[in-house]
Amino acid sequence: MTAAIEVENLRCEFRVHTGLMSAEKRVVAVDDVTFKVPAGSVLGIVGESGCGKSTLARLILGLLKPTAGTVLVDGKRLFDLDRKARARLIQPVFQDPFASLNPRRRIKDIVALPLAAQGTFSRGEIERRVGGILERVGLSAAMGERMPSQLSGGQRQRAAIARALVLEPRIVICDEPTSALDVSVQAQILNLLADLRRDLGLTYLFISHNLAVVEHVASEVAVMYLGRFVERNETDALFRKPRHPYTQALLESVLTPEPGKGVPDIGLGDAMPDPSNIPPGCRFNPRCRIAVERCRHEAPMPMARPPRGMVECHLA
Amino acid sequence: MSALLDVEELQVTFNRTAAVRGASFRVERGETHCLVGESGCGKSVTALAVMSLLARGGQRSAKKMSFAGADLTSLSDREMARLRGNRMAMIFQEPMTSLNPAFTIGSQMAEVMTRHKGGSRGAALDRAAELMGRVGITAPGMRLGQFPHQLSGGLRQRVMIAMALMCDPELLIADEPTTALDVTVQAQILRLLANLKRELGLSILLITHDLGIVARVADHVSVMYAGEVVERAPTAELFRAPQHPYTRGLLSCVPVPGRVQRDRPLGSIPGVVPAIGPGFAGCAFRSRCAHADETCTRAIPRRRAGDAHDYLCRLEPDWAELQPA
Repeated sequence: MTAAIEVENLRCEFRVHTGLMSAEKRVVAVDDVTFKVPAGSVLGIVGESGCGKSTLARLILGLLKPTAGTVLVDGKRLFDLDRKARARLIQPVFQDPFASLNPRRRIKDIVALPLAAQGTFSRGEIERRVGGILERVGLSAAMGERMPSQLSGGQRQRAAIARALVLEPRIVICDEPTSALDVSVQAQILNLLADLRRDLGLTYLFISHNLAVVEHVASEVAVMYLGRFVERNETDALFRKPRHPYTQALLESVLTPEPGKGVPDIGLGDAMPDPSNIPPGCRFNPRCRIAVERCRHEAPMPMARPPRGMVECHLA
Repeated sequence: MSALLDVEELQVTFNRTAAVRGASFRVERGETHCLVGESGCGKSVTALAVMSLLARGGQRSAKKMSFAGADLTSLSDREMARLRGNRMAMIFQEPMTSLNPAFTIGSQMAEVMTRHKGGSRGAALDRAAELMGRVGITAPGMRLGQFPHQLSGGLRQRVMIAMALMCDPELLIADEPTTALDVTVQAQILRLLANLKRELGLSILLITHDLGIVARVADHVSVMYAGEVVERAPTAELFRAPQHPYTRGLLSCVPVPGRVQRDRPLGSIPGVVPAIGPGFAGCAFRSRCAHADETCTRAIPRRRAGDAHDYLCRLEPDWAELQPA
């Protein structure tokens, strides 16, 4: 079976000017990342803000040009495709449905735009498809007549999902799709995304800082730290036996609704990771509880771990 | 001993729209009280009403609103200004927007002190440095001279907490203090608040939408829905025996890591929060509730389910047997 997404040695650098007189800085947002997402599965990506997970999403969507490496989506190089073909293949759903929907257009026009942009659909066909997808995501025809400001956050996110799916893409990149929503609405949207994936045979790349959400939706999970995958494995294995100290700390810091347990001391320290100043050796070593001398000067290589995963740590 | 903050029947309206409709809760001395609810439920407005910081057009009334024995409803603006930032302090969700980008951290922190307690700027800066150490900021001397944009989100929130503590307040109101932060930093900030509470005998009114935070830090909880406190309980009891259908629904929506069943849908609450117009009566949750009947359109009784545990619902306590999936 071909992989829906195949990423090899992907690297993305930005040049940042920090001040008038100071030298230009190089920020490595994504640093030599390699992975495959099999068709029909969900790869969850977790990590703190600034770890490069959204940059990775933009690279896979073809919105950013990588500094090095390749991205194959459904076996094709995105940069060889024109925008219309790309849009039929892969679509995004972003965090803030208010920012991603044009406030001056009706919902049904927003959802119709990807079809109209293709230039190959008749008006009747567009109307039929828009009606169908709105119903599929749980929005009534009356909702289609409204403006985004007249919808609740959950309804707006349903509209954003409808727009992403109206061209029947095979792959959807979800970048924090429920982070701006209330928990009761978050659950509705997660259940909808799960149903759609099953019914339409979609592949998701699902980015979130919420580990519980990722565990619920993903078949495989990758943990990102300063631009690299430091651990990746099947979801059950990763949550049952996290190997990388960073994965362990992330899992410990999730506050489950269990009264009496108090707030955990995760011991990560104050040193926030800075992508313009990546430490030598293992990039996690300044915050690591178990770092030894070797970690400070020798970068760990990815090592295979059962059942089908990897970890980058000398001690895991 | 009387509660530090005692609010009864608080009502807040903006242009005839009711934002808070009869909220009652008490924050005891030395405890953390959580107001929990989803966006638009009135939890932030409740906190702002206590601080007399409502936006223009906000009308506040309450049967009782006392802080350390003083009646907050009868205080003048000047008297309230003397209390605010001094004996009661507040921190907000986004520390970047609550710090002035044009002034150094040190000058903003010192101002709190010189304004309320007088004294020299030097003494205020010493106090600021001491508190920065107290909230876990390394090299406070250097940080005092920096501007807000030079600090990370976690550091900025620590600065906000230190600033709130400048005058040794009795009550700290924290409105979603960790929502904008990463989970790892969130845990650190919440640990810090828990330690401060214990060591300084601080009382905390914590506003959050996150039931995980509630479970880990609260002593007592008030669950808000559409402007009302629909359930109040000690934390352990709320999680062990929630009574209101909304509380139960909310708890079922939270995915718990390690206990996820991926082939089953998450619990969710259908529908959305209704608009509450003038003349609205009965239970505001009825349109989303599986147990609603015609009596829910009438006045709802507040039922007791334990010593400090009550809820607003037509259902008797422990209707668990009736609970469908």
